[in-house]
Amino acid sequence: MLHLDHFAAVVLFALFASVVFGITQRDTPPRMFRYGLYCFVLFVGAVIVLSWVMHFIAH
Amino acid sequence: MATSPNKKNQAESGFVYLPLIAGWLVPGAGHFLLRKWGRGALLSLSILAMFSIGIAMQGKIYAGAHDILEILGMAGDLGNGLLYFVSRAAGWGADQVTITTGDYGTRFIVVAGLLNVIAAVDAHNLRTGRKV
Repeated sequence: MLHLDHFAAVVLFALFASVVFGITQRDTPPRMFRYGLYCFVLFVGAVIVLSWVMHFIAH
Repeated sequence: MATSPNKKNQAESGFVYLPLIAGWLVPGAGHFLLRKWGRGALLSLSILAMFSIGIAMQGKIYAGAHDILEILGMAGDLGNGLLYFVSRAAGWGADQVTITTGDYGTRFIVVAGLLNVIAAVDAHNLRTGRKV
């Protein structure tokens, strides 16, 4: 059985989802790459920001 | 990129929904049929990896539809195409989620199915010429 911590699961989720979003939502390879990278940064960035927000709410 | 008339004719001949159905049944197959090898390989790798990680994390494969959440989960799982039916037949995944990673695994499997549907629709758009 695979045991991933929360952050590793988020990074993997963001990576695979961003690849699919990039390829399917844009027409040319450079734009696909940029959009995939943009989605990945938003996925991971949102998780980090929301995690800190929840940390400050809890403390 | 310019497409030669011969290749264009090959892509435009045959059953118009074939890439959509093939892409749903096997992740990336719709793009492979349209000779989009790189895109197909990346889509296939991403969706298969996501599904496999979900199974390895003891995620649940939705089998019944007892309430609205289970119906939605099953709809997402069905997006995996043949992977769903093979995993049901082989008894992969957990019957009940008992650990946190199992819950993550369940979401990985559902999202892999939803991403596969997006990829299959993309293959259909390529086939009809809506996308290049």
